[in-house]
Amino acid sequence: MNQPRPEFDLGKDLVGLEGLSCETITAILDTAEPFKEISERAIKKVPVLRGKTIVNLFYEPSTRTRISFEFAEKRLGADTVNISSSGSSVVKGETLVDTARNLEAMRIDMVVIRHSSSGAASFLADRIPSNVINGGDGQHEHPTQALLDMLTLRDRLGRIDGLKVCIVGDILHSRVARSNIFGLQAMGAEVAVCGPRSLIPYGIEEMGVQTFYHIEEAIEWSDALNILRLQLERMKTGFIPSLREYNRVYGVTRARLERAPRDIAILHPGPMNRGVEIDSAVADGPQSVILPQVTNGVAVRMAVLYLLAGGAPGGAEAAKQESA
Amino acid sequence: MSRPIVLRGARVVDPSQNMDGPGDVLVRDGLIEAVEPVIAGPDEAEVIDVSGMTVCPGLIDLHVHLREPGGEHKESIHTGSHAALAGGFTTVWAMPNTDPPIDDPAAVGYVRLAARAARGTRVMPIGAASIDQKGERMTEVGELVKAGAVAVSDDGHPVWDTGLMRRLLEYTRTFHIPVLQHAEDRALAGGVMNEGVVATAMGLRGLPNAAEACMVARDVQLAELTGGHLHVCHVSARQSVEQLRMAKDKGLRVTSEVTPHHLILTDEMCRGYNTEAKVNPPLRTQEDVEAVTQALLDGVIDVIATDHAPHTYEEKEQEFDYAPFGINGLETALGLSMLALVETGLLSFSELIDRMSCAPARIMGLEGGTLRSGSPADIVVLDPDERWTVDPAEFRSRSRNTPIAGWELAGRVHRTMVSGELRFQRAATSD
Repeated sequence: MNQPRPEFDLGKDLVGLEGLSCETITAILDTAEPFKEISERAIKKVPVLRGKTIVNLFYEPSTRTRISFEFAEKRLGADTVNISSSGSSVVKGETLVDTARNLEAMRIDMVVIRHSSSGAASFLADRIPSNVINGGDGQHEHPTQALLDMLTLRDRLGRIDGLKVCIVGDILHSRVARSNIFGLQAMGAEVAVCGPRSLIPYGIEEMGVQTFYHIEEAIEWSDALNILRLQLERMKTGFIPSLREYNRVYGVTRARLERAPRDIAILHPGPMNRGVEIDSAVADGPQSVILPQVTNGVAVRMAVLYLLAGGAPGGAEAAKQESA
Repeated sequence: MSRPIVLRGARVVDPSQNMDGPGDVLVRDGLIEAVEPVIAGPDEAEVIDVSGMTVCPGLIDLHVHLREPGGEHKESIHTGSHAALAGGFTTVWAMPNTDPPIDDPAAVGYVRLAARAARGTRVMPIGAASIDQKGERMTEVGELVKAGAVAVSDDGHPVWDTGLMRRLLEYTRTFHIPVLQHAEDRALAGGVMNEGVVATAMGLRGLPNAAEACMVARDVQLAELTGGHLHVCHVSARQSVEQLRMAKDKGLRVTSEVTPHHLILTDEMCRGYNTEAKVNPPLRTQEDVEAVTQALLDGVIDVIATDHAPHTYEEKEQEFDYAPFGINGLETALGLSMLALVETGLLSFSELIDRMSCAPARIMGLEGGTLRSGSPADIVVLDPDERWTVDPAEFRSRSRNTPIAGWELAGRVHRTMVSGELRFQRAATSD
């Protein structure tokens, strides 16, 4: 049995990357490495979490994140249940805590929660003994997304420390942006954001983040761009005048990338609005790591599940073999 | 006719008469008859030994939510008016955002009757400024005043329509009442905490200082235009203070209040998604705390008022977005204000009593706020040096929502007298 490294401290839950150390994040990313291979097998299953019951509690629609978690859980052999806000007690007015307590009464081990309200994951984590994994809470954090972004960056560029990463788009409403800022900074990267001023939150510079208001400057500066989805309702609610103009001013196009002084990695958490924040030539081009992100998402989530279930960092390979 | 009462041996602090020294207080027929260094008689008097204590004019709170009718699960006129007594308040002004709102004379009458039956603090009803507090049609202000309303307000919401606000400030002049404004620009609202770096890190929607200051700026202009009495509720932003300072410099009839929580707490309290610190206007930054404090010292902000806003455990025990705004304030107001202002040496104890008793009476033309002979015997007996720990389980209020549970405060109320009747007495300890 490998002893956990003293610096590794994940705690009971993963509600966010804020406050996590470089060592802890590195341990998660390192743990994801041996799990990548499982998804490449003909029979994609190891019984690492056999007998564990995991509830995917999704109060907000999600395709990619929910399926990615479900694959991660199933490939590790856990039993899973999916609950969505429609067709459950949620619509009957049951509170979040009561829903969770009722699930606990049926003896579960972990909850993955996606919720439209910031803080919902920590609210739940503080009130139930099961491990809670934040699958995205309001505009707060989406830690597994940032972890898979970092794993993909490390795969592509060989390191995270010292990288210049710019997050582009609607920073104000983005939980992906916050988790990336906390995570990347802990890992020693420099972080910038770029977007229209109406979508950059107040006081972001005080978080140690550089700001760009012209995409050309961001491209000039960056080693990697993480391009966020621009939601259509931002136009209706008056944050920007039109999607067309957004594309003209902030769209990441091949022409703009060609002027970059270096080969920039292009990330996008999806789903993409092609022709709005990103052009197809970029999304499908040689610099894009958008599909590797999705592949890595499963491995990173397996790593988080394994570690929260008590698995030792560095012990994933052995656990895989042992159970096989 | 009840027996006269002599409060004997206390330090008497009455800022309305620049009084601060040892003395006895004689109360007869619900009025203060005399305050003198030593009062011997009369023989039939009931003598209460309050040596070691401080006697002050009862506190006056211009802003409370008693929730009745419609919100009795949070608070009632009975529980709220007894919570007020425990906090040293002898008069409170009750906001009309009940369900239904207090927007007609019968509703005003109901509040007065319920308050009389409660035998707690004096409760003075505030009438709604607009029908159903919708901000569209003015209420029958004259009828409300005749029924006993002391002011009008749509608090909970602003009077957002500039035209209606103008008409209200004009119309209320005839009836000598103020318009109390919850200053918040609707188009800038929609957040759940102060807009700032804390909200940014937590991913919560922000309420900018400008949401308040824009409305204050507009209303100050309307006060100048109309000559009406504008009273700005719960000032929280430093930019609002700038507008109020300008209004005072011009000599406009503009008054305002600040809550104890805005004098000491900041948006850092919201960290960890602490819904007890969710309040509107929101807890802001240290810069704002300093600005509203300075404004209170300067007289730019006239008074301290609690914005006592009780909510149940279940309502606060939710995701931050869903929890209601509000802090339960009546029973901690004096102690928290002492901590913020007197312990820090910013105000003397006597000046604090001025801001919590004399000044509210002065700006609103009320009878209380003084121990002058002939005044109603609304009196609080307290120990300004006593330290105590906030335990919400001990609240008289029906609700327990406070972000300062477990805090050690300074200054504790021991007895509260309304119209010469001893209506609150703290059990055991110091008697």
